[in-house]
Amino acid sequence: MYVATKGGEQAIANAHALLAEDRRGDPTVPEITPAQIREQLRLGIDRVMAEGSLYDPDLAALALKQARGDQVEAIFLLRAYRTTLPRLGYSEPVATPEMRVHRRISATFKEIAGGQILGPTFDYTQRLLDPSLAETGEIADAPAAGQGVAHPLPRVADTIGREGLLEPDAAEQDDGPIADLTREPLRFPADRAMRLQALARGDEGFLLSMGYSTQRGYARNHPFAGEIRMGEVAVEMVAPELGFAIDIADICVTECDMVNQFKGSKTELPQFTRGYGLVFGYGERKAMAMALVDRSLRAEELGEEITAPPQDPEFVLYHCDNVEASGFVQHLKLPHHVDFQSELHVVRGMRAEAEKALAESPFKEAAE
Amino acid sequence: MAAISEGQSGTGSETAARQRWLAVLARTPRERLEAALSELMPAPRYRPLKPAEAGLVMVRGRAGGTGSRFNLGEMTVTRAAIALEEGPVGIGYVPGRDRRRAELVAVFDALLQLSDRRASLMAALIEPQAAEIEAARANRAAKVAATRVSFFTMVRGE
Repeated sequence: MYVATKGGEQAIANAHALLAEDRRGDPTVPEITPAQIREQLRLGIDRVMAEGSLYDPDLAALALKQARGDQVEAIFLLRAYRTTLPRLGYSEPVATPEMRVHRRISATFKEIAGGQILGPTFDYTQRLLDPSLAETGEIADAPAAGQGVAHPLPRVADTIGREGLLEPDAAEQDDGPIADLTREPLRFPADRAMRLQALARGDEGFLLSMGYSTQRGYARNHPFAGEIRMGEVAVEMVAPELGFAIDIADICVTECDMVNQFKGSKTELPQFTRGYGLVFGYGERKAMAMALVDRSLRAEELGEEITAPPQDPEFVLYHCDNVEASGFVQHLKLPHHVDFQSELHVVRGMRAEAEKALAESPFKEAAE
Repeated sequence: MAAISEGQSGTGSETAARQRWLAVLARTPRERLEAALSELMPAPRYRPLKPAEAGLVMVRGRAGGTGSRFNLGEMTVTRAAIALEEGPVGIGYVPGRDRRRAELVAVFDALLQLSDRRASLMAALIEPQAAEIEAARANRAAKVAATRVSFFTMVRGE
């Protein structure tokens, strides 16, 4: 338990002034603008938007500047900001099959309709530091092909799915309410909608490690990257003033359709099952990790033996949110003076009793 | 997705036409809208039906891409509603938090409902803007297409 304290206002104000000075750094170096962050540190923006669960590149850039580049702090700032805005409504589900693709690859088929499209990837770079980036300068225009990428690009799942080898997407039972973690707490058993929302805003590092552990054997999944695609999707919503859907924006998302072995069950023939990842922005590592963990969390549904943390919804979902995790770990900094005083009292008492017992012990001489 | 390019919106129903110009307007920069408004003589007279409002829209996805719905995360959206002196009501929904931009979209949405204004506004604002959006998309798609690869499987042991 922590207690209210008072005093320290001047020290706090001075600490914040010192923070502002340190944030600025060396004043002889030009100050960075949110627009520069938005344009040139885009993947940092994308992570802040994904885990802040708020798509607004300008706000994410401001948050990153304010947080001195600390991503979890910036994510916290976005989560706090969103509470100041009213909810205008819900979008129609974004149609990822109709994505304007900037990147699309599959590890399951060499030849896929529409092709393997690398897009702006770090893959196949040699991870050698590039000294030329230490200087500013013009860059060459990226080469263009004579013909653009097909739109819409056929999905890999539809290719395997035709043979019945791949489980189909679960059709909706009804058009009832959908779990919304911004309006209700986590509840167990958590349905797929609740799990996917929690994972989409979950910490990339946590999910990456969870997903990694499934590959190392802590839940046998044997995954293949069926399809990864990144690009722009249109956001449509029914405007209450109009009564029909309107297209209000394009947003960038990354989607991962992970394909996993499944030996079948009493009611199902052997087939491939799937895990799904979808995140705001270009976040391929996160989308893949999310898909691995989505699949491992389906263990109970698929009748698999539950042996490892990535299969345990309570373990994963209660711990994947970095705003909550950071808050609870960091609350240890708050004054725990009274708690600690009582603990001190207890430990002193225990020591006194132990010393007394030792002094009266018949084995005292032997011990000495 | 509402079609941005002409012709795809097809049958010419009033709703489809309005969906198309709203999709284009939602992707038009504020400066462009201001410039287009300042060119209108006489300037349209309108009143806000309610103050432009910045808020959140919960963006949804589907499990697996086509399965059951889930809430992916929110985005900032600003909306406005205005009424022209001549009567028509316009609405504007834009991404982000720019209230003036949402209001400008609403003004053009209302103006485009006036039969004597529509043709000139489509020609002066909507069609050029739609063409610009399509050109930017085509340019990007061509650069992306240049990164298409063919993987050749190497025979093991060779």
